[in-house]
Amino acid sequence: MNETSTTGTLRVKTGLAEMLKGGVIMDVVTAEQAKIAEDAGAVAVMALERVPADIRAAGGVARMADPTIVEQIVGAVSIPVMAKCRIGHFVEAQVLQSLGVDYIDESEVLTPADEEHHVNKWDFTVPFVCGARNLGEALRRIGEGAAMIRTKGEPGTGNVVEAVRHMRTMLEEVAWVAGVREEQLFTVAKDLQAPYDLVKWVHDNGTLPVVNFSAGGIATPADAALMMQLGCDGVFVGSGIFKSGDPAKRAKAIVEATTHFEDADIIARVSRDLGEPMVGINISDIPDAERMQERGW
Amino acid sequence: MRVGVLALQGAFREHILMLEAAGATAHAVRLPEQLDGVAGLVIPGGESTAIAKLMRTYGFYEAIRECHGSGMAVWGTCAGAILSAQTIADALPDQEPLGLMATTVRRNAYGRQVDSFEADLAIGQLDLPFRGVFIRAPLIEAVGEGVKVLARHRGDIVAAQECDMLATTFHPELTGDLRVHRYFLEHVIGAG
Repeated sequence: MNETSTTGTLRVKTGLAEMLKGGVIMDVVTAEQAKIAEDAGAVAVMALERVPADIRAAGGVARMADPTIVEQIVGAVSIPVMAKCRIGHFVEAQVLQSLGVDYIDESEVLTPADEEHHVNKWDFTVPFVCGARNLGEALRRIGEGAAMIRTKGEPGTGNVVEAVRHMRTMLEEVAWVAGVREEQLFTVAKDLQAPYDLVKWVHDNGTLPVVNFSAGGIATPADAALMMQLGCDGVFVGSGIFKSGDPAKRAKAIVEATTHFEDADIIARVSRDLGEPMVGINISDIPDAERMQERGW
Repeated sequence: MRVGVLALQGAFREHILMLEAAGATAHAVRLPEQLDGVAGLVIPGGESTAIAKLMRTYGFYEAIRECHGSGMAVWGTCAGAILSAQTIADALPDQEPLGLMATTVRRNAYGRQVDSFEADLAIGQLDLPFRGVFIRAPLIEAVGEGVKVLARHRGDIVAAQECDMLATTFHPELTGDLRVHRYFLEHVIGAG
């Protein structure tokens, strides 16, 4: 018997994502917001300098948060803390690992640092979550070492339409790969531009190899339950909570709707009197160059 | 045999699949009335703070205590081991355990996610070592009279049983190895 402890294994990395399932991960920019999120029943918080709606409004280059903010948030709550690094910015990722975050989000919400390469996530002990719009993108990220996927949606909009599009695409493609004949998988892998072994795994198991959350535009309890009914494992809520009128109440309502996503009576009850939701943006009003979902490849 | 898995949040689906594979009939429990007629309940891993809040909102504290009092066995893994304890050593102000088992548990006892680990465990009731997967795991710091220690890792208690109560700080549901689930069905349910 080997009593030696091994850290950073794939099972330990994907395992934390398994424990977050059925839960809500909330964007926070201060320790105070992190406490509100924890009190509302969030399973994790995402430490950021600005929520996506403010990044969108401010323009310019969006980077990893100041380490002081990350440390304050890590110190404020006992639930896991995630933080975002720019796509391909492996030094921001190294810094976040050294700060003790529990998950790194290599995120299209920030301005990409490399337009060809994502971070080699196998180099890290801390696990990574990455965005994807379809199965090929998800499997490329998993091939690079991502231990969790979130469909991208369109961050900072309060508009769930892209989140729905990406989740439907992902699940339809998984079902398609599961249904093709085995000899077709080589061509499927070529067409998806995804590693063959992972395509084969999806074919054999009929599901993604890692947990898949929904993100990008969820603003109401019904939005969260919609994504759960479509088949995601849990939800990220970014701007939707702290850009609304009553964040604590809305956060708790989204948590309850995510757990009881098939119970319309409960969703109706928790959706009452939540105050002003965040202001939404129509996707067609966003110029192509400003669509965050197009970042990452 | 009917077994419920508390499905407020966390790795409940894996437990349901493992219990079914071990021969039980398992279902997700999201509301207290879904505890009716179950011989055992699994409280899965997840975030103990999030699960505790949902348990309070939906009346699970009273319901689980009452069902346990009338013979329902309970197995807590990780967050579930925290929630079923007598005492949480480092509890948040409003974090109340169910108090079903004479254990004192400390949350996140090994550090942050980078300190999560796997290791082989010698469990006296099983012939061969069991692969323990520890994710931001708690520690069973102390046990009262009547609690049997089933496994230790480097001296620390990681599995314990008290009559029809089982606690593991690791995640058998993530291994595909059915032996702990079988042990729960055969030697914990009905042991009260």
